[in-house]
Amino acid sequence: MQRIGVFVCWCGSNIAGTVDVQAVSEALKNEPGVVFSTNYQYMCSQAGQNIIKDAIAEHKLTGIVVCSCSPRMHEATFRKTAAAAGLNPYMVEIANIREQCSWVHKDMLTGTEKAIILGKAAVAKVNLNTPLTAGESPVTKRALVIGGGIAGIQTALDIADAGFPVDIVEKKPTIGGKMAQLDKTFPTLDCAACILTPKMVDVAQNENIRIFSYSEVTEVKGFVGNFDVTIKKHARFVKEDICTGCGACTEKCPMKKVPNEFNLGMDNRSAIYIPFAQAVPKVATIDPNYCNMLKKGKCGLCAKVCAAGAIDYTQKDEYISEKYGAIVVATGFNPISMDKFDEFAYNQSKDVITSLEFERLTNAAGPTAGKLVRPSDGKHPHTIVFVQCVGSRCSACAEKGKEYCSKICCMYTAKHAMLTRDKYPDTEVYVFYIDVRTPGKNFDEFYRRAVEEFGVNYIKGMVGKVTPEGDKLKVQASDLIANKQLHIDADLVVLAAAIEPDKSARPLATMLTASMDTNDFFTEAHPKLRPVESPTAGVFLSGACQGPKDIPETVSQAGAAASKVIGLLAKDKLTGNPCVAHSNELMCNGCSSCERVCPYGAISYEDKEFRMPDRTTKIRRVAVVNPAVCQGCGACTVACPSGAMDLKGFASAQIIAEVDAICK
Amino acid sequence: MQVKEYKPLIVAFCCNWCSYAGADLAGNNRLAYPADVKIIRVPCSCRVNPMFVLRAFQRGADGVIICGCHPGDCHYTSGNYYTRRRMAALFSMLDYLGIEKERTRVEWVSAAEGAKFAATMNDFAEKVAALGENKRLEDLRCKK
Repeated sequence: MQRIGVFVCWCGSNIAGTVDVQAVSEALKNEPGVVFSTNYQYMCSQAGQNIIKDAIAEHKLTGIVVCSCSPRMHEATFRKTAAAAGLNPYMVEIANIREQCSWVHKDMLTGTEKAIILGKAAVAKVNLNTPLTAGESPVTKRALVIGGGIAGIQTALDIADAGFPVDIVEKKPTIGGKMAQLDKTFPTLDCAACILTPKMVDVAQNENIRIFSYSEVTEVKGFVGNFDVTIKKHARFVKEDICTGCGACTEKCPMKKVPNEFNLGMDNRSAIYIPFAQAVPKVATIDPNYCNMLKKGKCGLCAKVCAAGAIDYTQKDEYISEKYGAIVVATGFNPISMDKFDEFAYNQSKDVITSLEFERLTNAAGPTAGKLVRPSDGKHPHTIVFVQCVGSRCSACAEKGKEYCSKICCMYTAKHAMLTRDKYPDTEVYVFYIDVRTPGKNFDEFYRRAVEEFGVNYIKGMVGKVTPEGDKLKVQASDLIANKQLHIDADLVVLAAAIEPDKSARPLATMLTASMDTNDFFTEAHPKLRPVESPTAGVFLSGACQGPKDIPETVSQAGAAASKVIGLLAKDKLTGNPCVAHSNELMCNGCSSCERVCPYGAISYEDKEFRMPDRTTKIRRVAVVNPAVCQGCGACTVACPSGAMDLKGFASAQIIAEVDAICK
Repeated sequence: MQVKEYKPLIVAFCCNWCSYAGADLAGNNRLAYPADVKIIRVPCSCRVNPMFVLRAFQRGADGVIICGCHPGDCHYTSGNYYTRRRMAALFSMLDYLGIEKERTRVEWVSAAEGAKFAATMNDFAEKVAALGENKRLEDLRCKK
């Protein structure tokens, strides 16, 4: 018989406001096995934990029930408390009477009733708990970073600096990501390339870092500390280790009419190309969709001019298998497509562009060498209209845009407006906004400079329609403060498109079994306390894959993710989850039902010798679970026809006891 | 004599990774649903043995709902697919035995769908309450 202690938490007034905690602790006193029951204001506090520790010693408790917040919040805390008092941590059960009771029920009577029932269910379960010990597994001391933007670069550099090997997998031919495409960065107006490219070089030169560019992750198996990852290296038809990046091939390539994705299609590149001058790795890549040699077998010019002999038209996709201890997701973001926003005439006029295109137009390495001109006729624009929140905060138009705020647009639009007025003081600049959001160090000062010092016309209101007419763009908009309609003849319209997670994130989340929110941003293990960890152990989040972020935030999150990875890789052994399946070999008849449903291949079969009642021995085939591989889902327990398979910590008897307690 | 208002008894099995977290989120956002819903945490919806569902009905539950991650999002890769198949078979058998289809449900609720969790529970509790008490499988020997 267990000796159970019940500890009911008030959580200040969070629980005590709708649950009579005194009544709950009184009611649970008479439950089978309960020898002690009390309540306290904050069970998770030092004082509260001491009450638990003292009670364990004084009443020789063998199990405890804490009626408090969600086990997702403080189960670990109370398990540690129990362990500190010498009790097996798995003899602790939590009755969730906050998130799933006091916070969702308004009435004291029903709240208290339900809390008592939840408490009884937890007591019934603890009565059947058995002490569990976690097994240990070794840690592969190598990290994988998926995505080579500023988030991935910073994470990889920080992990490598701590002495652990890191691999970066980047789907584009070069690392650098979105930041490489930017011109200046707010609020300091540093040139993006000047602060990013040295970091890219650091990555290339760091002996702890390997870059798999033009590659993607195709399969992830295993678990924290022991991931088995397959990486597909796309054929770039150039031998990476031989190519010197001289660029002779790109000059000689006759196929020069390929839209240049680095400049968002605003100019062309050749079929064999190096994305930009500072690319890392600086090697050429042949675009198989445009190369005449690969498509028709005619040409071969690049092979002729390549002095190093790096061109290899027969190169095939390569699959690499590698083991990792931790995985960092840094897949970043993309601006949303403007196809559904007909009102802004994005597809009708070349002079309606997105902010990222504007960024390339003003970049010295961009298609116009930094000269701000209209893409249609190359003339200098005299009136520019910036439209904010195109697709952001779009709750009424969810099929077109996004409900959330994209966070970075207010600041980069202020930057664009300011830089335009600075370089071309004769230009009229209008910014249409819903709200200007500038929460960040020196952000509001920056925005106010744009208005006060640079004379940018900020108008509260949305643009209703943009109509191309002759060489002008007629902009109809409303000024909500002056309460009037505006008509502006603009030369250039710049749309601050909402940002969304990269399309590769969804299939990746499925591979990693990491959860995502409804917008396909990765969810963090706890929104406040564990912001860089995914709920899936060993998977960490860096940058905009978790939510819209600017560069300073991305870099700090990247560092945080790296420190979590370092903390994990610094361990030699990981304590596993002891709540794993186990088979009762006396009941198992070796039918293989469990093996077939196990997603991890954790079940194998052994021939074992059994003594029969008539004193003879018989050899039977029985299932054996590898506790280091089992993740404890319980699929096998239900598949087992003889009831031999059970799950520690969530045993059938325990769950039935809970059902019984609830249905009493 | 005061007539006691009929309150259905609903057992909800929630997987630890998505639906249980979704229920917590409903709590964080203070989205109310009937207190008749009592949640049992399981590691994965595929841990729910049809026996548990039968047991609940036997012990007097009026409705049983099983919540898991969305198809494709299972923390254990494929658990919820097993749940879907097992429960489809079980529920059609229960229907045959006279436990109306409205008393049983499998729903996918992600960790981000607190609102969906509350809405699902409100809807389910309402439907079960409309059917009234479940007498079909109840084992009267279990009642004291």
